[in-house]
Parts: sequence; structure tokens; C-alpha cells
Amino acid sequence: MAEYLIRNGFVYDPVLGIDGDKKDIAVKDGKIVETTALSKPTEINAAGMTVMAAGVDVHAHVAGPKVCVGRNFRPEDKLFNSTPQAGIKRMEGGFSVPTTLRTGYNYARMGYGFVMEAAMPPLFARHVHEEIRDTPIIDEAALPVFGNNWFVLEYLKNKEIENTAAYIAWLLRVTKGFGIKNVNPGGTEAWGWGMNCETVNDVVPYFEITPAEIIRGLIEANEYLGLPHCMHVHGNSLGEPGNYTVTLDTLKQAEGYTAKNDFGRDTVLHHTHLQFHSYGGTSYSSKGFESKSKEVMDYVNKQDNITFDLGVVTLDETTTMTADGPFEHHLSHMNHLKWANVDVELETAAGVVPFIYNPKSYIAGAQWAVGIELGLYAKDMMKTYITTDHPNAGPFTRYPRVIKWLMSRAAREHMLEKELKYGDSIRNTCYIGEIDRELTLFEIAQMTRAGPAKVLGLSHMFGSLRPGCEGDVAIYPYNPEAIDPSRDPELIERAFSTAQYLIKGGEMVVKEGDIVSNGSKRTFWVDCTTSENPQVQRDISEKFKRYYSVTEANYEVSGHHYVPNPYVIEVDASQ
Amino acid sequence: MATVTLTPKKVPSLRLEADNITPDVFAGKSAAEIAGLHVFTGNTQELLGDYFTVAGSAGATAAETSIVIDGDASRVKYIGMKMSAGDILVKGNADMYVGAWMLGGKITVKGSIDAFAGTGMTGGEIIVDGDAGNYLGAAYRGDWRGMQGGLIRVGGNAGSDIGTFMRGGEIIIGGNTDVHVGTHQEGGRIVVKGDCKSKVGGQMVEGEIIVFGDIEVMMPGFQYRNDVDLEVDGSEATFALYEGDVGERHPKRKGDVVFGKLYLKY
Repeated sequence: MAEYLIRNGFVYDPVLGIDGDKKDIAVKDGKIVETTALSKPTEINAAGMTVMAAGVDVHAHVAGPKVCVGRNFRPEDKLFNSTPQAGIKRMEGGFSVPTTLRTGYNYARMGYGFVMEAAMPPLFARHVHEEIRDTPIIDEAALPVFGNNWFVLEYLKNKEIENTAAYIAWLLRVTKGFGIKNVNPGGTEAWGWGMNCETVNDVVPYFEITPAEIIRGLIEANEYLGLPHCMHVHGNSLGEPGNYTVTLDTLKQAEGYTAKNDFGRDTVLHHTHLQFHSYGGTSYSSKGFESKSKEVMDYVNKQDNITFDLGVVTLDETTTMTADGPFEHHLSHMNHLKWANVDVELETAAGVVPFIYNPKSYIAGAQWAVGIELGLYAKDMMKTYITTDHPNAGPFTRYPRVIKWLMSRAAREHMLEKELKYGDSIRNTCYIGEIDRELTLFEIAQMTRAGPAKVLGLSHMFGSLRPGCEGDVAIYPYNPEAIDPSRDPELIERAFSTAQYLIKGGEMVVKEGDIVSNGSKRTFWVDCTTSENPQVQRDISEKFKRYYSVTEANYEVSGHHYVPNPYVIEVDASQ
Repeated sequence: MATVTLTPKKVPSLRLEADNITPDVFAGKSAAEIAGLHVFTGNTQELLGDYFTVAGSAGATAAETSIVIDGDASRVKYIGMKMSAGDILVKGNADMYVGAWMLGGKITVKGSIDAFAGTGMTGGEIIVDGDAGNYLGAAYRGDWRGMQGGLIRVGGNAGSDIGTFMRGGEIIIGGNTDVHVGTHQEGGRIVVKGDCKSKVGGQMVEGEIIVFGDIEVMMPGFQYRNDVDLEVDGSEATFALYEGDVGERHPKRKGDVVFGKLYLKY
């Protein structure tokens, strides 16, 4: 394979503690190596540019049935933005729900190498994997949803952690999944009964279990198995004014647990898109709403076993989609646009609604402020990750814009003064106006690479330029000696939108800003061995016979077709 | 005002996609430059000059540019798409998407036009002497933003689904329409001088539909309120006012529920 020597770039690697030093980075046979290991490398002159490990996205909705529903029912999302095939690139289209091809290309253009699909309905795992397979370049994995699954609810009601764990291990194997996603714990199932779980203590009808018990049970099962990633939760009452108390209650469920795994992960709970969960007040108006980002971060900053991602609202027209069925129904009654809902038998549900975060409305601006505040109040940037909950709060292609807002107070002031109609009300009801902090490139590297790689249990492969890591290197046209974030914030956004080079798995994928290869994408999944568990096996057979509309034999995602290029992470939980 | 005249010289084998025929694109260009603009037939890119003889030259800006299509354009789509100013005269017929997403200016068609004219338009005028096809002043497929401003005037009949998701502006039809008028309408005004078939104002939230002739089958979601005298497009008459669609959600303004208004002439 090719050898590359990336010379004289400003290197940022939080794992190695490199903070903008001029260094040479060497890639050989798909891995990062010492520069002395090269024999005849292709040299890349990175002088005046920023060099980082390729980005790692901890949470995005990029593949599967609900994304496909979004694409199908929003033809207008592709209007006037499709580009024909050119060179090795195939036709791409779409903005908030882009085609699989554009998804891969756009992540590559931003210098990303790994993306976690954040919610896989197990019954439709095949669909998820087909789309992952068709997304070029980036390595991907998917988190099956467990928080409303009948097996899980029944086992956890009886406090059967071992059985829950055995079921999870079985499901990860048959769906080729990566870890445990927990969306609106109990609430989506309750919605099947016309109800919801609005706090962690609301009881799920029939199953008689609370969200708090589901969250703790899934943390215990996760650590029982020792999975690479921790329990990944989207808490109850997403988007509701005043929900920050529910969020604090959700986060508190992690107290007393420590991570047990062989992957270098030291946290037990990842709370996703925390922005949607940090609201105070009683309504969405400027008189009734307030940011509670500070209160939430006061708690998070004191904990050492919690991570979160931001979910920044980017003020775009986008497409919301989540396994939180009741929330989408609620949203469709607020904006009166299209609404799609799918129930997935025994397992989960999903809803899809287009949404415009209008900068002329108070609430969209306030939501924007809350997301940015969380990033600015965070103390440990290795536990704080940049996302937009793509496409819920905005498309992933806005990450560079989020970086700009985090790095430049001037850019935030510009928003409050010029772009947002209710800048003054937002200053009064949110904290954004009083925060001076500007994040550094080192901190951005923690939030977009080293940190997410660590919480996913993949720090041995991604997020660093340490010899032995995957040969995933992004080079951005950003000269930290020449650019002043307070004066030229636009240059930050431009640089992180258009990586000059991306080397993925040792292969040149982006060259001088152009996609030159479709790469060799892999699907990561976790094969977890547990000891024989006849009860769980019997329960699975029973449920398939009694309830499922498919047979057990037709449920499994067969590897050769759906996952043609797997990377399997073995976990032995049989002891 | 400088005029560019396009004279058809060849009938395209497939429909010609000619979204470059607008005053905005032509502005500042010579006849030779205009002839060199691209058009598509299927997936093949060709030149405007392959299909039209170009004479005259454009003004410096769109507002100073007139375009005349001196002949039949029944197989030419997207004439005047996204235009912001200036005017276009088509002496024959035109194909689909005339003046789609138009912002301003004026398009006059002496013959008839096909479907999707004025899709999502926000301003300007489309004047058609003949008939119009389906989805006049409607929203793009999937979108909820139909015609939002401007005027569409059709001398003859219109097809089905006119003003779907209309939010503003005015559509005046001299003759009759087919089914589905003002479906999901949220503003603006549709005037039909002739008859409508059925499904008029289905799921209508706000706005007005005024029918001078008959509605073959009324929607059950409209309720008679009272009689009103109106002057519409230069003629005075007494109309029965119906409000609806009562099956749809309706906003409240100053304490009153706002309905869609359907006026039917006695």
C-alpha cells in the first residue's frame, strides 16, 4: 500500500498532547507509523495547514428506514441541489436527508472517517446495513435501540441483568450492532398505549417499569458485557420547556457505576443531544422560556463517568427524525407540516417531521444558544462532543459552523446582533451573551476526534495520530498562526468544510479538496460471547413464534450480503 | 428595453429543458452568447442555438430585457423559471413549469401552457390567453409552499389541482377548472369565472376561492354563513359565503377562528 509523509503541518493530537507543533506524520500500510518506517513515501506539503486525526462522529442519523422515509417524503429537500456524477463521484443530492453517496462524500469533505448511526430498529437492521454499505468512504457502525424493547422491559422489571445482557449480546450479533441505544426510555412503548413517560419515574403501562430502572438496568447490562461503547441515552421529555430537571434525574442514574471494559472507556452513560434536554421555563415564548445549560453543566462537570454531545441547532430547514414517536407527533401539531410514523413491532417506533429553525423566531435562536452554551460551559472536552443530532437540530454539514461559533465570540455576537431577530431576548433568557470563552483547536480536536473515539471504545484505532492507529488523517487549510478567530471567524467554517486532504485507512480519499477515491469503507460491529443462556434462547424463540411477523431465521442480518466488509470487535463476557 | 427574439428552428426529439430562457440569464449577453447557453434534452446537454435562431441582444439587467419566443414552444419547459424582472412573450404554446419559482417580471403566453406553471412563485405575473394545465400555482411535489405572491391570469380553462398549498397572490381563471381547487390553501385568492367540478377547498385553512359558475359537488367540510355583495375582477355580484374546511385545524386571530372562504355566485 501507499506510503505518505505529511510534512510541516500544525499538528493537533490531544492523545499525544501535541498542541499545534509543526510535525511530520507518516502513514504506511493503512496505519500511522514512525517517520523512520517509510521507504519511498509520497510527500504532502502541509505547511501552513492544520493536521488532525480524521473526525469521529458519535451520533448521527445517516442510514436506515427513518432516514429513508425522510428522503422519500421530502422530494423538496433535493430540489436544486443535486449534482451529476463526475469523475469517480456518483450522483449526489439532498440537504438535510442527503443520499447515501452525498453522506459519505460530505463527511470526507469535512475530514471525518468514522460515523455512528445512532438508532437502528433491530427488525429493520437489514435496511440500515444496506444503506451503510452504500455509503462510501467512512467507516460506520449502528446502535440498536433497546429502551422500549419488550425483552428488555420484561427482564429489567424482574431485575434480571444477566438475561438482559444475554439478550443484548444475541441482538448485537444478529443485527450486527455496536452498542446500546436508549431512546425516550419506556416513553415510546407507553405511546403505544396513548401515553408517554415524561419523567424518569413515570411507569410504563403493562410492563410496570420506570425509565430510571430501564436506564440503570441497561448501564448494568452494558458493564456486565464490557462493551466498547457505554449506554447511549436520549432522555425523556426531549424538547419540553422545563425538562432540565428530567435530564438531571436521567444523568443521576449513572451515579455509583464504574466502567468495566477492555477498550479504555472510563464512562458509563452518554447523553446525546443535551441541548434538547436543557430547557427551563414553561413555554416556547421569550416570556416563558429560559436556558438551563449552566445548571445542567454544573452537574455534568462534577461527574467523571458521564459524556454528552451537544446537538446544536443550526437554524436551517431540516428534517427531524427519531425513535421518540410521541415527540414527533407533538412536533407535527406545532408546525402543521408532514408527519410520518412507523411502529416497529415489539421493539421501537419512529417519527419524521420537516422542521424550520427560523432565525426570526425567538425559540429557534434560544435553542441555538443553549447548544453552544453547553460546549462553552464544559470543563472536560474529552467528554463533550460536537453534533447536531443530524438531521434533527441541523445537518451534519454544519459542524464547521458549530466549530466557528465555539471558537469565536465575535461570530456569536454577530449572530445575536445581526442574524437573530430576538438577539436581546435571547441574551436575557439564555447565558450566551455573558460567556467569553473561545475554544482552541486542541479542544476542538478533543471534541471531534479523540473524545468520541474514546467513548466509543475505539481509541486504539481512531482519534489520534499515534503510531499503530488507523491511517486516518485530515488536513485543513487553516493556518493557526495567520488566522485570528475573533477577526476572521468565517475562515474557520470554510477550512473545516473543505479538508484539503483526507487519508482514510492509508488511502488518499480527498486530494486538494476533491474526492478522488470511494475508499474501502467498513462496518464495525460487536460480537459478544456470553455463556449459554437457555432461558433467553427459549424466550427469543417463544416471542418469534407468538408475536413477530417474521421468523427467527429471517431476522438475522447475514454478513456476506449486508455487511460485505466487516470489522468485528470481539468481546468475551462468558466469564 | 432591449429585445431578444428566439425563433424556433427545430422540434426537440425529447422535451427541451430550457431554464436558461429568462431575462436574468440573458441580461448583458449578445445574441451569440445567448445561442451558446445550454439546454438539456434528456441527459444530453445541447445549446439553445441548436433549437432557436437568436436575434437582438439583451439589456444590461433583467429589468431592461424582453424575450420574445416567436413561434411554438409546446415542447420547451421551464420558460422564465426563477426570473426576477423583465418580460417574456411566447407567441405560441409553452410546456410545463412556465414561470416556476418566479420572483418578478411578466410572462405572457398567447397560446396554452402545460402543468406546474407558477410553481412556488412569489411575485410577478403570468398571463395566458389559452388554457392552463394541472398544478397551476401549486407547490413543488412534497413541498408546502405553493404560490406565495403575484398574479396568474388564464383566459381559458385550467386543469386539476390548481393553487395546491397556495399561500398568497391571486389566480384568475376565465373558464372552467377540473377537480381539486385550492387544496391545503393557506392564503391568497383563486377566482374561477366558469364552473368547478368537485373537491374545491379540501383541507383549506385560510384564503379565498370565488366561483362564478357552479361547483358540481361541494365538499362536505364547508358551511354556509351568509350572502355578500362583492366586486371581483371588475364585475359586481351577490355570492353565498361558505367557510371551511371545518375538518382542518384553523388559526385564531383576535379571538376569532379564521376559516377559508368559499364564495359561490348566485
